[in-house]
This record gives sequence, C-alpha cells and structure tokens, in this order.
Amino acid sequence: MKNCLRRNVPPGFKPFLGTNEYKNHKRFIIDEVISTNTSKVISDISKLFDLLKITDGFTLSFHHHLRNGDEVMNMVLSEVKKRGIKNITLAATGIFANNDMIAQLIIDGNITNIYANYINGKTGKVISEGYLQGNLIMQTHGGRPRSIEAGELKIDVAFIATSIADKFGNGNGLLGKNACGVLGYTIADMLYAKKKVIVTDSLVERVEYCQIEAKYIDYCLVVESIGKQSGIVSGTTKITKDPIGLKIARDAAMFIEEAGLINNGFSMQTGAGGTSLAVASFVKDIMKNNNIKASFASGGITSYFVSMLKEGLINNLYDVQCFDLDAVASAKINENHKIISASKYANPFDNPIVNNLDFVILGATEIDLDFNVNVTTSSSGLIMGGSGGHSDTAHGAKLTIIVSPTMKARTPIIKDKVTVITTPGEDVDVLVTERGIAINPRRFDLIEQFKNSKLKIVSIKKLLEMTHKYTGIPKNVEFEKRVVGVVEYRDGSIIDSIFQVRNNYEL
Amino acid sequence: MRRSLLFIPGNNPGMLQTADVFEADSIIIDLEDAISLFDKDSARNLTKSFLESFPVQKEVIIRVNSIDSKYFTEDLDIIVTDKIDTIMLPKAMPEDIIKLDNLLSKIEKEKKLKKKIKVIPLVELAKSVLVIEEIVKIPRVDGVLLGAEDLASDMEVSRTNDSVEILYPRAKVALACIAAKIEAIDTPFISTLDIDGLIKDANFAKSLGFKAKACIHPNQVSYVNSVFSPSKEQIEFSLRVLEGSKSNIKGAFSIDGKMIDKPIIERAEKIISRAKRFGLL
Repeated sequence: MKNCLRRNVPPGFKPFLGTNEYKNHKRFIIDEVISTNTSKVISDISKLFDLLKITDGFTLSFHHHLRNGDEVMNMVLSEVKKRGIKNITLAATGIFANNDMIAQLIIDGNITNIYANYINGKTGKVISEGYLQGNLIMQTHGGRPRSIEAGELKIDVAFIATSIADKFGNGNGLLGKNACGVLGYTIADMLYAKKKVIVTDSLVERVEYCQIEAKYIDYCLVVESIGKQSGIVSGTTKITKDPIGLKIARDAAMFIEEAGLINNGFSMQTGAGGTSLAVASFVKDIMKNNNIKASFASGGITSYFVSMLKEGLINNLYDVQCFDLDAVASAKINENHKIISASKYANPFDNPIVNNLDFVILGATEIDLDFNVNVTTSSSGLIMGGSGGHSDTAHGAKLTIIVSPTMKARTPIIKDKVTVITTPGEDVDVLVTERGIAINPRRFDLIEQFKNSKLKIVSIKKLLEMTHKYTGIPKNVEFEKRVVGVVEYRDGSIIDSIFQVRNNYEL
Repeated sequence: MRRSLLFIPGNNPGMLQTADVFEADSIIIDLEDAISLFDKDSARNLTKSFLESFPVQKEVIIRVNSIDSKYFTEDLDIIVTDKIDTIMLPKAMPEDIIKLDNLLSKIEKEKKLKKKIKVIPLVELAKSVLVIEEIVKIPRVDGVLLGAEDLASDMEVSRTNDSVEILYPRAKVALACIAAKIEAIDTPFISTLDIDGLIKDANFAKSLGFKAKACIHPNQVSYVNSVFSPSKEQIEFSLRVLEGSKSNIKGAFSIDGKMIDKPIIERAEKIISRAKRFGLL
C-alpha cells in the first residue's frame, strides 16, 4: 500500500494521510496503572526478574535521559541475555552508541521488535542490515506518549533510570551523583506501563520534588551505578565555529527577523546542534539590540538557553530533556525553568507546547524538492537518527526552518526524493543553506513577503542544480525489498518504510 | 570598491569551493605565504582549474609569489586569464610594480584578454613605506594592502595588540592612497577568535582613512563589512543632504541646525555611492 506521499506502507499499518489528519480523531486514554506494592526496594536484578516474571515476548521500556552515559538499559538487557529470554520488544526513547550491546541481542533473537524515537551506533547498523526479526517502529517524541496513552504501545515493564529515589518509589533526575535532569520522556511509561521499576544509585530517606511519583511505582531497584552523568553532554551542544555553519545561522536569524517573528513575547526552539545554537546566538543579538524579550524556549535545553534565561532575555524554559549539566543545575533551582513531560511537549492531543512555537530551527540529513526531510537514515540508508521532536515541532511551529550546508562530505543534502521521509514537506517552510535560502512554494505568503528581500532567495531546485555542479549527480542507492522498519508519524500512521541495505556498509 | 578581502589558500579545494559563499567583496587566492614550497605547483594548477570550472562572481585577486622568487614568472604565465581581476604583489617596490605592469601588458596582449588586470601592491617592507607616494601613482595600481606582519619583522619590532608599532606606516599608507584616490586596505587582524579586538582594530584603521581590511578567516568578514559599511544613520542623513542640495542650489543650507555645505554634500555622495555598491540601499 502507498500513503498520500506515495511511500510504501507495509500490510497491517495505517497509511499517513496528512499532518492534520489527527484533528479528525478524538484523544483516547487508557486508565493509569497504580501500584499496589508496598515493599518496593530491591537490590538484586535477578530477583526482580523473578518477581516480575519477565519472560519471552515481554515489552520492556527505557528512557534515554542519560544518553551516552546510560547503563540501565545495558544492565537490564544483560539479564535478558543471561536468562536466554527471547522475543523481547524493546521500547526505548533513544538508543545510543553506549548501548551497542543491543546489536548482538538483535542478532541472537533476544530482541525481535523495537520502538524508538532515535537510534545511532551499531544498533542502527544491524537493523539496517536486516537482523531484526520483527518490526522497528520509529516514533516521534510526541507520538510515543500518544501511542502509550492510547494503549497502542503496551509496555509490560518500564525501567526508569532515576538519579535519586526514596524507598516509597518517589524520584527525580535532578539530584544524586548521576543527576541527568528532566525525565520528560518517561512520564507516559510511568503512568501506563503494567509494571514500573525505578532504577537508582542514590536511595535517600525522602525525595521532595517528585517527577516520578511513588503511587505508580512497583519496585525500586538500587544499583551501584545507573551510568555516567557526564555522558548526557552531547558533542554538539556548543555554538559552531565553522564559517559555513555560522553563515547559515546568520542568514537564518536574518530571515526570522525579516519574517517579523522576533517581537516581544515570541517563542522559539533551536535544538542543540552547533549551527542551531548559532542561530540562537544571532537571534539573541537581535533581541538585545532591539530590547526584545522572548516568552519561552522549549525542547532539549542547553547552557546557552539557561544563560539567556538568567539574563532575562527569556521568561521561561519548557524543558523535556537536559542536554548538559548547566541545564540540570538550572532545572533544579530556577522556577522559570519548567519541567514538562513528552506528552505536554509534543503529543498532538495534549495541547502541546510545540503548538505555541513561533519558529523552530531543525537539521536534515536529506531534504527533497518537496521539502520532505530525512533525519532517520543516512543517504546510504543506514539508520543513524530519528525524528525525536523533529516532526512534532515542524508541525506546531508557525515557521519551520531547516539549516544545512548544501553538501556534507561531498554528498548533496538536497535530493529529488529523500531516502526516507521523517518529516513531511507540508510542515517544512524554509531551507537555509550557505548558497541561498529556499522557501517552500506552499508558503506563498513568505514568497510574497521576501520577493524584495536582500537575502538570497532561490528555489530549492536551483540549489540542487548549484550543488550538483560541485558534486556531480550521485547514483541512486539500491535497497533490498525487505522492509526493516517503519517511520510512524506522530498520529500513529506510517509516513515511510525503511528498507534493508543491500551491502554491509561500514559505520 | 571594497570593504573586505578574504584570503584563501590556493591549495585547499574545500575552501576554494566555498570562496564565493561569504560576504567578502573580494577573494585573495594565495599562492605565496600560505603555500609550502612543496605545494607551489599544485596550488597554482588547482587555482587555475577551479577558476575555469567555477567562475566566481566577485573580484578575484591572486597573491603571486614575490618578484624575486623562482615561482613568480610561472605564477603569472599560468594564472593570468580573464577569470581573474587583480594581481597582488608581495614586498612590492615601485620598480617591481612597473616590471609587473609590463609583464601583464604582454600577457594581456598574448592571451587576448578582454580586461585589464589590476594590481594591488603589498606594502610590507620599511623601504616600501618610504616610497609609498611613488607606488600609488603607478596607473595599474588599484589599491594598496599594508602587510603588518612582514613589516614588523623588517622593522625588527614585535606586533602588539594596539598596533602602535605600525601607526606611522598605517597613517602614511592611508594618506597616500587617499591622495591618489585609490583604496587603502588594512592589514589582517591575526587573532581569529578575538572578534572584539578585530572590530576595535578595524575601526581604528577606518579612522585613519582605510577603506577596507583583509581577512584571514571567513568568520571575520561580516564584522569587517559592518565596520567599513556606511551606517544606517549615515545613509539616512546623506540622503537628506542630497535631497536638500537639490532644492538649495545656491549654496549652504541647514539640516537639524547643522550647516550643510559643499564638503558635506560631497561626503554624502560618497556615502550613498558606497551604500549602493554594497547593497545597503
């Protein structure tokens, strides 16, 4: 079956019908699952598995707030491996290189189905090569809580890494030796999974602020270490020094200003990449020069936005995930640094924060002539990313800007057709590159507004032609016929399929 | 008319490829100091091939090797085509520039070029500073770049943050260029991470009469452009001056209580001319 974007939808899945299709449906929420257990503290993972009767076919969930420092998923899956448990469905918000041990469990059939919002490292490689026996479903940050609350993604046991907890099952991510910040992505798991286990390395008498609430928690597994706090810092959370990145960022900021979106009370999200943060820095200059104050910034929060909050340039931060330790510290002490769940952030049925964004800055591994964006695979088809909040924010924001150089390592970013659609072009307004700015023809209002602009406005086709002059026209990549995964849009429909790569590409 | 001139090593394909991306008014493709002896041939050939394949829509300046080097003649033979606009000559003395002028005339004739190649002498020797009045008078000379690093070395002094050691050469070069109605181009600011220092240095050069500044990193370009562009206030005031001068043909008039006479009108014309050239109007 094909969806409305002419992309493959495997049997048994709902085809994508458009970004506003969810408005034709009502929110469906299953009952919250309250724990009846009173004796929760346990220190032996093997005993915990026995108590929870974890066996073949279970769905186990995890969050990725410790990012590359996480050890909880590895710890639990090592027990799965040790016990020879098969056919596990892994429902992880994110899978990082730190979790590369998963690759062998996929090959050995311990894990046969995966839900994730983001995957990199070896796990993506083995899935792309066809080793996952069942389905990979790539969700969005807003789509995941929607699917959990609707009972579509049924979680048997949620393992919630919690940097500080008490014996009652209260906890948060703000304190403890491995404080990783806001635990926004795990809240739906806490509310609706059949069983919930918090995993902590800091057990205290009483936790005051409880993002994780005891009434939902069945067990508190105390371990020596949940991972390394330092691993939450991604290498990309600093403003780029690359001249091309800075040129793109400056032009993007000028575009936003000329579009009339930098006014008192405006709102923004820029992501944590080097170029995205550079946009924030140029926007900050414009704000300071014109004495403008933003109402909020949202998403994954970095020290840059924390500093803007402290300077009084932003009234509030809506934080679903901390990208560095300054953000963790700020979330702990600053009442204007608001802690939100993934559902409040991006669930289409939860009146999410993303709907109030004036603009969002996003990246792309590929973008096509219809402005469809791929952030799920590389151009060679290897899974190395995922939507995260890409398609959620693109839909919610008034202006969605993709910032990208026209080529990366001699590969053009603009394609006739992207390898995999993560975010539909319907929700992407502008592409800013070093060689010009392309406006989606659907945004005729912007095209009209910018027809006399001093910024270099060109068609996306022209940008593609300019790029091909340098790179030549790349050959199309051939894939096997087997579908190894699907990209689920935030409403639960399938926007595209991911096909098995033909050769074993090196990562 | 220039504000910023960006140096790009001639042996770096990635940087050549993005040469036209930045807002520099001119690019200086370097075959001299940035290129090791081992790479001289390849830089020259790469630059030639690049310019033939990807015409650059802004002034292309080639910094050739110095006239007393063994690379100079071959640089000129290979690199001078219609694809370039200007030759930058290192350690230039008047006699060197005249020799270059003759060679260029010969090459232009032999290759039947459709344009006359301009010359920007690089003043980086104490003796060049002392003969700057002669240099600026040579007809093919279109601007002069002060090269402070080599000059300081020649003077046997250290470079400092406030550049006090080059104050006299800077002032002399700027004044000579203004007198000859050509552009004085200031030496690059070499601390590429110190943007505040760059802006301060560029503003000081501007106060001496420099019209442009060379950049050694793309991230410097927008700041240099900003310093050497007329400000919004200057443009608005100049427009009012020119508007007023149309209706006051008899002589002086006043705007906001200030007397406007011929020198101010001429300055306004120059500001508007620069604003138009740099797309600020």
